[in-house]
Amino acid sequence: MRARLVIIASLLFIQLVSFASAQNAPDTSKKKDSIYAEIGKVPDKARTTQNPFRNDPEAIVAGGILFARHCAECHGRKAEGRKRGPSLLVSDVQRAEPGAIFWILTNGVVRRGMPVWSKLPEPQRWQLVSFLKSLRNPASLPVEESAP
Amino acid sequence: MPSTFTSFLATISLLFCLAIAPAKVQCQENPYIVTYDHYLEEPGNLEIEYFSTFGTQRPGNNFHAFWMEFEYGATAWWTAELYLDGQTTFGDSTIFTGVRWENRFRPLKYEHFINPVIYVEYEHKSAADKILKEVEGHDVESDYAPSNAILRKEHNNEIETKLILSSTYRGWNFSENILAAKDLSNAPWEFGYALGFSRPLALKASAKRCSLCPQNFIAGAEMYGGLGDRYSFGLHDTSHYLAPVLAWNLPSDWTLRISPGFGLNDDSHRFLLRFGISREVSGFGSLIGNFLKGNQ
Repeated sequence: MRARLVIIASLLFIQLVSFASAQNAPDTSKKKDSIYAEIGKVPDKARTTQNPFRNDPEAIVAGGILFARHCAECHGRKAEGRKRGPSLLVSDVQRAEPGAIFWILTNGVVRRGMPVWSKLPEPQRWQLVSFLKSLRNPASLPVEESAP
Repeated sequence: MPSTFTSFLATISLLFCLAIAPAKVQCQENPYIVTYDHYLEEPGNLEIEYFSTFGTQRPGNNFHAFWMEFEYGATAWWTAELYLDGQTTFGDSTIFTGVRWENRFRPLKYEHFINPVIYVEYEHKSAADKILKEVEGHDVESDYAPSNAILRKEHNNEIETKLILSSTYRGWNFSENILAAKDLSNAPWEFGYALGFSRPLALKASAKRCSLCPQNFIAGAEMYGGLGDRYSFGLHDTSHYLAPVLAWNLPSDWTLRISPGFGLNDDSHRFLLRFGISREVSGFGSLIGNFLKGNQ
């Protein structure tokens, strides 16, 4: 019985450590450069991939809804960045090729706290890319938060 | 009603209130009940889930088994999960049946055609546990026939490992789980499997906010069963199930799942009806971190 208690106590301790480790999620102010450097690691082949929804205004609207639902929690409602995720308004992101952003979305930056988003179907990831690239135009910035 | 079960219900109620209260969070959950894919919980988020299984039983009374899951994204490559299990056997009793503590690790940095995840779980449960979250070894329907009074006397401490392999291609997810479990008493390794595939009903998101848009529904099927043990590996004296699955990811951050399962041989329960409801709590890790640091 005592052995079981020791096992359970150990497991709970590890669980608490895991809770605390979430605090190691990206601190964007200190690691800003290295976080954006991930864009530079995108393979050339992925960079040249074209967005099938470029010039599609509906894709930007749909991407905005997806952003509010999946991304705003970490990157901020207006993609301005928060403690858990960097700003996506900076030139490193806005100047990046659509294919590079798509690749980052697909693969995440797992070691730095950004999860893999390949669970979103490919068209939805491209819609997100459309929205992110549209952020150069402030008119597209407002993102509704409320659900119907 | 046993006091342990009252505590169980109180805990569930308390934590469910916690789930209802805060947060606007992401929500794109797969529809599987048994099979795992390679997607882990988002770092710092806690997902609270409730699942039910209604099962037929020959001979004996049908049952309703239920469990709560508390799934926490420790990092983008590590998810930890705590389970609390219970069951009601109709015409018998309602009892708390065990605790499980699970960890999933993603070893690879990038997405590949096949993505592995390592799964390690410790279970402390009684033989009355009927949630059928996995089927292993020579688990068969008749194992669950005795009364709760008899089954709850037997307790197991078990380590369960899984190799999760999962691929996503053109919206389709294909997941394969290979299971090996060992009771920490002197028992042989037991094996099992789970296979699943699923796809959203639409791949492109709508430009309108909607609950009933097809992209919010993910449908598929899963199949799972036992593969015997170290000394008698194979399909004889094992049970197997096939279950269509459907998930509805609501824009309000709730996910509903339903899955009618059908036994594929005489050693299987004839019918299992499962459903689940879940919600994510955003920033739970930060809350705990601040609390531990005392600077809340």
